[in-house]
Amino acid sequence: MSVPLEYYLALSAALFAIGIAGVLTRRNAIIVFMCVELMLNSVNITFVAFSSFLGDMTGQVLVFFVMAVAAAEAAVGLAIVIALFRNKQTVNIDEINILKW
Amino acid sequence: MEHILFFVVAASAIATALLMIVQRNPVMSAIYLIGNFFSIAMLYLLLRAQLLAVLQIVVYTGAIMVLVVFVIMLLNLGDERRLTEQFAAKKIIGVALVAGFLLEMLYIVAIRGDVIPGGGASSLPESFGTSESMGAALFGRFLLPFEVTSLLLLAAIIGAVVLAKKRT
Repeated sequence: MSVPLEYYLALSAALFAIGIAGVLTRRNAIIVFMCVELMLNSVNITFVAFSSFLGDMTGQVLVFFVMAVAAAEAAVGLAIVIALFRNKQTVNIDEINILKW
Repeated sequence: MEHILFFVVAASAIATALLMIVQRNPVMSAIYLIGNFFSIAMLYLLLRAQLLAVLQIVVYTGAIMVLVVFVIMLLNLGDERRLTEQFAAKKIIGVALVAGFLLEMLYIVAIRGDVIPGGGASSLPESFGTSESMGAALFGRFLLPFEVTSLLLLAAIIGAVVLAKKRT
């Protein structure tokens, strides 16, 4: 008797919610970035779980692409953080609002 | 047996995720996130996705998190307390919204989560999730997306270099 699909979906939902909570409550740009990675991973769990329960490889291939996009996003996102820190001497996202007003 | 393993791994995933978002020190956050990624790799093994479990460790903890830790130490960030004044009301509203959202998702999983009656990982063929079947899918049906991904990575490399280099 293997673990039912609902358990994986519930775990994925919990991790996604924790990621959103981190994005909403933390003010450090790098920690916000790590929370986004956590949310990407929780969606990957859903993909792999459905792939395994449907017996279809497509879900796993999609996870592969999500990983590639996450790697690209990490490189560009961290480059933006470095550029911001060089210009404003802070990574606090409340103080980085030049695009906002 | 599989249930016990699942609950241990799930508990460690949630615990490390929670510890990650409450840590003040960004380096400790990064280390807990690495623990979380290892838990997720264990889940992939439970779901018969061997190649993805290896890729999870190599790409996420080996490449992305090393980059994150490197940037944290390069910028020499201290505790968050010094660089922010806290808005408690915002945080409470945010956590309340997240709790509502989580309950909604769990409700949907509870009422519709059994749409796929399949037997799970035990009824899959032996070749499922191996690098062989993954490669056959990537270079067969998904050849065009695979090639486009390489363009995306090239664009990301150039973008990262342009963004992070010093203005002359």
